[in-house]
Amino acid sequence: MAQQRLTGYRRADGRVGIRNHVLIIPVDDLSNAVAESVARAIPGTLALPHPYGRLQFGADLDLFFQTMIGTGANPNVAAAIVIGIEPSWTERMASGIAETGKPVAQFSIERHGDLRVLEMAARAAARMMQDASEISRVPVERGELLMSIKCGESDTTSGLGSNPATSQAVDRHIAAGGTVIFGETTELTGGEHLIAARCATDEVRKKFQRFFDDYLAMIERTGANLLGSQPTQGNIRGGLSTIEEKALGNIEKTGTTPVVDALAPGERPTVPGLNFIDTSCAAAEFITLTAAAGAVIHLFPTGQGNVVGHPVEPVIKLSANPVTVATMSEHIDLDVSGLLNLEYSLTEAGDRLENVIDRTVNGRLTCAESLGHREFALTRLYPSA
Amino acid sequence: MPDPASSPPVGDLAFLVHNQGDDVAVAVRDTDPGTTTGAYLVSGERFGIDVREAIPLGHKIALRDLAEDENVIEYGVPIGLTRCPIPAGTLVHTHNLRSARWRSSV
Repeated sequence: MAQQRLTGYRRADGRVGIRNHVLIIPVDDLSNAVAESVARAIPGTLALPHPYGRLQFGADLDLFFQTMIGTGANPNVAAAIVIGIEPSWTERMASGIAETGKPVAQFSIERHGDLRVLEMAARAAARMMQDASEISRVPVERGELLMSIKCGESDTTSGLGSNPATSQAVDRHIAAGGTVIFGETTELTGGEHLIAARCATDEVRKKFQRFFDDYLAMIERTGANLLGSQPTQGNIRGGLSTIEEKALGNIEKTGTTPVVDALAPGERPTVPGLNFIDTSCAAAEFITLTAAAGAVIHLFPTGQGNVVGHPVEPVIKLSANPVTVATMSEHIDLDVSGLLNLEYSLTEAGDRLENVIDRTVNGRLTCAESLGHREFALTRLYPSA
Repeated sequence: MPDPASSPPVGDLAFLVHNQGDDVAVAVRDTDPGTTTGAYLVSGERFGIDVREAIPLGHKIALRDLAEDENVIEYGVPIGLTRCPIPAGTLVHTHNLRSARWRSSV
């Protein structure tokens, strides 16, 4: 298959994006209504409604700001409008995003009301849309694109087909000098020794093991029966029986290169190569955290057919389950079910996936984008005050 | 292992095995009882499997008789412990296999 020339948007901070969104970011739940009104008033802008941002504190508040600022700072975003109920946290979020050098405007609702904010923010958003429309795509290198990977509604076909195909893309991306983020901490249970063995240094191994042990300790403290949650009911319906079996399938998508760093949730990778990030295994929470870490394209192998998308980071879905690709074709960007019959090689599946990646980088909408899947889910560490 | 030269055509493949030595194979289509064909994922080498009960797409079949409380190997690694004896050719799933790691999920 002929190599396509890759194009993207080179941002003021040097990072490269593949989309050119103007975001309307509410700081808190109270600001969702006006943020969504602005997005309705100015076509093409994208609001990011969410249920949090009030009375959070400590590490949970830090993660909240890191995630919101990271999302606005993502290279797939051209410009952002931040709207909060009061000016202080609005300023904190807006200035965090503005550090990237991209245009940011901020508005607070107290002493103005929704309607005045709507007018001011809509005027700013209209200008930002016009300015964004003049930013051109430029040639970019594969290695400049930060990629994330996570599978969902996995079944045994994931471990046999879609995850090994993803693995091909991961190894190729890293061979081109790129960085790939994987995570799903609990979903390594039973195969965590395989990841630990791949850590590049003892220091990385210790960091990884600590994230893993802390997450497992949290789960064990609850004393809950996780069967039906992890593995999910969908996993079980698809033939996966235990967390160990699910984990081994999950690890099949991580390629063969060393793990060069272990990151906290939302942390930006600094070492090129395969990076572990401490996350839950819930699809929208995961992609929200990797987008906040700066990832601009996501590979999502699925078995039973998870339909997740993200407002900022395009999600490419592939499946090897012949029933899923037949019954949910509008969600699946690449059918690799031929791997189950050994109809073609893994290398050929990797070529097909690379073709879909390249077209997506160059602007082709993913299935999730075309269907309007924009799941944005913040990770909470503990309850609000 | 049967002679690969006598293998049926591609479309007849019923099971795939991740690693040599695994205790289970995964059905790549809905499979009825009878003699079927399995293959190893990496080498493509084929062999016969006697199926003793219907195995749906994506579900696992025991490749040997497994005793109670025995480690079951897939991907060359333990995926859990048997809850009861599992005869070769029958379904392996949550009714007869449990995690050795989620301590409360038994």
